Amino acid sequence: MRTENGRHRVWRATAAAGLVAIATLFANGVQAGPTLDKIKERGTIKVGVGTSPGFFAPDSNGKWQGFFVEFGRALAITVFNDPDKVEFTSSSPQQRLPALQSGEFDILLSGVTQTVTRAFKLGFHFGPTIFYDGQGLLVNKSLGVTKGSELDGATIGVQSGTTGELNIADFFRKTGHKFTPVTIEDSNEFLKALESGRVDALTQDASDLALRRTLLAKPDDYVLLPERLSKEPLAPAIAAGDDRWLEIVNWTVYATIQAEEFGITKDNVDTFLNSEDPAISRFLGTDPSLGEAIGLDPKFAYNIVKTLGNYGEIFDRTIGKGSPVGFERGYNQPWTQGGLLYSPPFR
Amino acid sequence: MNSAVDPLARKMKWRQIWQKWLYGLFGTPLNTLITVFVVALLFWTVPSLLRWLFLDATWTGSAKDCASNTGACWAFIGAKLRFILFALYPPELDWRPTLVIGLLASLLVITGTPKFWTRHLVYLWIGVVILMWMLMAGTLVGPKVPTSRWGGLALTLLISVVGFACAFPIAILLALARRSKMGGLRTLSILFIETVRGVPMIAILYVAMLLVPMMLPAGFSPDALVRAQIGLTLFVAAYLAEVIRAGLQSVPHGQAEAASALGFGYWHIVRLIVLPQALRAVIPALVNLAIGILLNSTLVAVIGIFDLLNAAKNAANDPVWLGFYDESYIFVGLIYFSLCYSASRYSLWLERHLRAVKS
Repeated sequence: MRTENGRHRVWRATAAAGLVAIATLFANGVQAGPTLDKIKERGTIKVGVGTSPGFFAPDSNGKWQGFFVEFGRALAITVFNDPDKVEFTSSSPQQRLPALQSGEFDILLSGVTQTVTRAFKLGFHFGPTIFYDGQGLLVNKSLGVTKGSELDGATIGVQSGTTGELNIADFFRKTGHKFTPVTIEDSNEFLKALESGRVDALTQDASDLALRRTLLAKPDDYVLLPERLSKEPLAPAIAAGDDRWLEIVNWTVYATIQAEEFGITKDNVDTFLNSEDPAISRFLGTDPSLGEAIGLDPKFAYNIVKTLGNYGEIFDRTIGKGSPVGFERGYNQPWTQGGLLYSPPFR
Repeated sequence: MNSAVDPLARKMKWRQIWQKWLYGLFGTPLNTLITVFVVALLFWTVPSLLRWLFLDATWTGSAKDCASNTGACWAFIGAKLRFILFALYPPELDWRPTLVIGLLASLLVITGTPKFWTRHLVYLWIGVVILMWMLMAGTLVGPKVPTSRWGGLALTLLISVVGFACAFPIAILLALARRSKMGGLRTLSILFIETVRGVPMIAILYVAMLLVPMMLPAGFSPDALVRAQIGLTLFVAAYLAEVIRAGLQSVPHGQAEAASALGFGYWHIVRLIVLPQALRAVIPALVNLAIGILLNSTLVAVIGIFDLLNAAKNAANDPVWLGFYDESYIFVGLIYFSLCYSASRYSLWLERHLRAVKS
């Protein structure tokens, strides 16, 4: 038995290594051409998104809506000055990273957690964090648990292909308790597993759990434990090899954050056009010198705010208090209000 | 005297049926136990199910009306019908997928009528398939629509039917090659068929989606839907080839030998003598395979394509209509069921019809 298993493992490892080697061989060829050239030639940006209510979901007319989707539109404004020159494609957590590597997408806005492995081993670049999340535990109240460290011998559902699988294992190694992981791929199945009692708890990004809890038949029977098992900075991911594309992603996100810090909104942006503040006139492009220097439309930040609003407005409209999802801002506020959003200066 | 109108005979017949039922339900202690158990189970489940499905259901209104009600939310289906049928397709161009569904339905009805089984049917298929694809893409009229926005019922039917249609010629060649006496050709055919049948369809889709673009030079990789369609077609071809081979084996050798003696060439024998008989023999298996393909096509969801099932799932992801998954799945379940059920009824009818023609 043992040798049999060992041989299988060797075979599998060789096969896997071979596949990766082949993939890298070809991947290098693909990435030689900068992403931005491809985008301009094609006339649209290809964005990989996920499927999660509020973050990315098509509406009744088949138009993609959601928090991350709006940043895809913002990118289209920066590159083409047209929010519709962007194509969204949904991808599952298992498939999204290989698809980005293969050049299927120009950017992933599917709530990918920025990690060191993904940067070094998979060769991805990450833009600024768009959404600060943390892994939480949604627990059946009948367990009588108030803290994650009190869970012992519990069966816990995790979604496959996410960082959640590793985090929960780390967490239990730390507390020294035992647990049984149940890996579930489908996100609807995930919730059903908790309701049917197949698992005692679910672990996933807290924002996602908070939303899913409202979908349960008896939400009050379940509690989202207050502690966070991990840091989950969700950031746009792009394939390595195109620095200019990375900078466009960076400064598109920063533009929405900076606008909120300035207090510039979709409705009042035009009143700022006559602003005496040189920082604001540089930002909005009334003074075109900055845009000319960086080779972008000097009014790209103005266009983004005028079309989509600032970060706070996008948040409220899609996942915040102005939407059925109703999240608190939490860490996702400007640093001036105690959050973590901080844009480098536009100068 | 006709027994059907004789009241006494009729009474006897009903009595027999009644006694058969009585024995089946309560004949032995075990039967009685099972009957009681099943009836109890029905009493326990059916009323609450009916209440959920109909009595307490919300038929019109908004998501708020549904939330205040305990039953099913059929208003959700009303609001999302367009999305489930056409998904991401631009709403102002809904006439295109509608027309495609209509074209497909008529094509299938024509194909299903034995009267039309002539050479012209092949030309019709080629024409209609190309027409449908161009219609969806907007090559002929109006704005172009990228394949990433195709979806819903129209897409499910399109990829299943196009997959089946394109697989047919490949499958015939594979089946002939597998029966041919040329060693190299036979080995190649066996290799292809057994490899494809030996891997799950998801693996083929992943290869089409992820590995193919890496292996081709940048910019040469076809569109994602086209790649998925090619993957599906090759998958279908392998299974179809085996079905057709079974048909070929059912045609007696004498048929081909007689034709050969009359001076027919190989392709003439195949086209005029062997294939018509072979295909007729495997019609039930072909319909069976077609149903399988329709259901298998839901797997394209793993590579982000919005087929009917994936559209239904995503309809309930809209924050405005959040969480009505049960209603959504029941609705598309009914669509799949009616498609498959009519296909299987058709296959039964055809078998009877062909037997009648033969005899």
